[in-house]
Amino acid sequence: MCLAVPGQVVAIVDGDQQLATVDLSGVRRSVSLACLVTPDRPIEQWVGRWVVVHAGFALEELDVAAATETLTWIDRLTTPA
Amino acid sequence: MKFVTEFRDPASVAGWVREIAHLAQRLDRPVALMEVCGGQTHTIFKHGLEALLPETVELIHGPGCPVCIMPRGRIDDAIALAEQPGMIFATFGDALRVPGARGSLMQAKARGADVRVVYSPLDALTLAQTHPDRPVVFFGLGFETTAPAVAMTILAAARAQQANFSVFCNHVLVVPALEFLLQASGLRLDGFIGPGHVSAVIGTDPYQAVVDRYQKPVVVGGFEPIDLLQSIWMLLLQLVEGRCAVENQYHRLVKPEGNSPALAALAQVFTVREQFEWRGLGSLPRSGLAIAPAFAAFDAEQRYCLPSQASEDSPVCQCGLILQGKLKPWECSAFGRGCTPDHPLGACMVSSEGACAAYYKYGHGGPRSPMAAPRRFAEASARPPLQSELAR
Amino acid sequence: MASSNHPSDSLATPPSNVLEFQQPQHRTRSSDEGYITLAHGSGGRATHNLITDIFLETFRSDALNALDDSARLDLALFMARGDRLAFTTDSFVVDPLFFPGGDIGSLAINGTVNDLAVTGAQPLYLSCGFILEEGTPIALLRRIAQSMKLAADTARVKVVAGDTKVVPRGKGDQIYINTAGVGVARSNQVPGPRYLQPGDAILLSGPMGDHGTAILLARGDLALEADITSDCQPLHDLAAALCEACPTVRAMRDATRGGVAAVLNEFAQTSRVSMVIEEAALPVRPPVAAACEVLGLDPLHMANEGLLVAVVPGEFAARALMAMQMLPEGREACLVGHVTKADPPVVILQTRFGSERIIEWPMGDPLPRIC
Ligand code: SF4
Repeated sequence: MCLAVPGQVVAIVDGDQQLATVDLSGVRRSVSLACLVTPDRPIEQWVGRWVVVHAGFALEELDVAAATETLTWIDRLTTPA
Repeated sequence: MKFVTEFRDPASVAGWVREIAHLAQRLDRPVALMEVCGGQTHTIFKHGLEALLPETVELIHGPGCPVCIMPRGRIDDAIALAEQPGMIFATFGDALRVPGARGSLMQAKARGADVRVVYSPLDALTLAQTHPDRPVVFFGLGFETTAPAVAMTILAAARAQQANFSVFCNHVLVVPALEFLLQASGLRLDGFIGPGHVSAVIGTDPYQAVVDRYQKPVVVGGFEPIDLLQSIWMLLLQLVEGRCAVENQYHRLVKPEGNSPALAALAQVFTVREQFEWRGLGSLPRSGLAIAPAFAAFDAEQRYCLPSQASEDSPVCQCGLILQGKLKPWECSAFGRGCTPDHPLGACMVSSEGACAAYYKYGHGGPRSPMAAPRRFAEASARPPLQSELAR
Repeated sequence: MASSNHPSDSLATPPSNVLEFQQPQHRTRSSDEGYITLAHGSGGRATHNLITDIFLETFRSDALNALDDSARLDLALFMARGDRLAFTTDSFVVDPLFFPGGDIGSLAINGTVNDLAVTGAQPLYLSCGFILEEGTPIALLRRIAQSMKLAADTARVKVVAGDTKVVPRGKGDQIYINTAGVGVARSNQVPGPRYLQPGDAILLSGPMGDHGTAILLARGDLALEADITSDCQPLHDLAAALCEACPTVRAMRDATRGGVAAVLNEFAQTSRVSMVIEEAALPVRPPVAAACEVLGLDPLHMANEGLLVAVVPGEFAARALMAMQMLPEGREACLVGHVTKADPPVVILQTRFGSERIIEWPMGDPLPRIC
């Protein structure tokens, strides 16, 4: 269920419709940021940010620091052999 | 692909497999964990993760595939809609091959219905705008991940007063399905990997009541191999330490409170149905969404007259038991014989994410092809060198 | 290229008139040439004019110019090249007609050239039949015919017979093309997929899924954009180079519909062996991989139009690879796996993590999914 892929917001297509171009590792698509844009975080602030896209909508912001944390977690685990 | 490939790093995967083995040893009893989401099932099969786990850690593949759990009667309704005069029926590709009593949408298309595959519900709205003289219905299906996209589309349609657009709503909710599984008698499950993308919308808080009530740990997990292995490790750690909590492995995306604009759109556009039929599980209370009265103009169920006839699955089908982890797909007498992905008898064989279809497709276990790994590795050592080796 | 695969190229290499048709002297090809009407299929003057104006003008082969009902080809030219006549046919329908990296015309030539090439044959002559929908712009037909001519020249084959039929508007989709082709092979050069043996090496001539993904995106209804170009290209030089480098090439296929997965499954079934491939060795271009992630598709299932799958005895793998990599169309050739004896005959993928899974036959056309 729920195939969603990470991409980076690269440009605003239509501010009124909350549409932006998202680059999904070389595949570009116009994606709705309707689930992300709020009065404190207007659409202009999303350019350059990473999001996860599902069915043409950015589902949520991808927290880059948290991603790194997940990736490096194994290095911090030292199970005695 | 950035933020995907890194989560498939073989060295890191090997590290997590080692850590899981250590915990499984400390636990010293067999455990059964369920990944709720079909997307996670997909990852597990695609990357052969089950084979990397210790024998005492068993994965049960959950009901989290919105296509599989769609009752046949709803597919028949979709076909009836698609066959309305002048209709453009827009759907995600997933639903095209799912058979109802009167065949699939793909067969309806062959008979002349105008069925279009779209990537986004917004594309269906665009179809309505480019064909103002024709009715356009979008086949809304999916869990809480997909429902906000459809809600936002209905809101956009309302703003644009797009009178020829409506949605056939079949959205379902994850938590009621979890509760159903937990209530079922004789369930042997020690914990759940929560569906990461659903949780990006609903957050992790809704699982707390389930954990408190049924005393089974839930770890909300992502969809890449490292995500799933970490989630399994976190569940095992809870079991080793005798804890039972909601934890969040997928914290790069999931916040405890979820996504508030998405939740607001869901609350505005949908209401919860008293009952909704799940293929394989039966009718579950408060488990499905309908379009709210304020948006009735965009509700295909209200605009068109639908046959809405229940149609039973084959009596030999054991999907209910499989979803509860009481039976393995190959233990069903129809598996691979009467029931294949081309001719599914039940929900679990319908989409590639259903447990039966996944086992069938990837031939893992079961009568088709036991994974004779040791022999293959012996042969592999006698194989010709790979390109990378030739380069040296 | 004057390799020994093409002795006395008088036949295979037509006088180069590529430039000539790229820069026409006497006709402006504007879109106001008009449209195909039912009269163009009537067999009367309109048919004759269409054939002379477009096909004779574009293809310029003696056999075609004769306007006979069949091309009569000199047998001696065949017999000098081998002892087996290879003969194949294929029909082409594609939406859209033009896509990055090709069009229905180049596809129709290369598809049949490749069907001949993978049996070890040198492709020589092609026929082409057009089914045209009433209302199709004649300029479009001309453009496609020119693309066919260019593809035929590149592949060093001649179009020597042709036909057109017109169907009423709404009964077709602009243009369908059938091409049949003949070529010459030597017996036992490529025994075929029944003769695979444990220990054989599985080679791919390049990255997977370019064509299928390019077409899916070019249709436009998914509104995805990416720099993905079809791999539509002739493979006969590559196949010939492979045959020359290896005393035995067990089997070759161009992995079209159903992708590499379909070819390997077919091989496994026919030879009753297992095909073991390594995930880490499978070549996929990054944008193709990304598009497949987005749409929930598997590059192994995506169509190609210029990708060779070859199986050679393990001891010749290195030589075969080197020979392929010398040619532009095989520059990215690589070894992806090997044949093992196994029961049941399946295709097994070894993941990056050392686990295994079975690669099934693809089920129908790849459909984008969101679940
Ligand atoms: S194999 Fe088919 S019939 Fe048996 S449980 Fe699975 S879906 Fe149902």
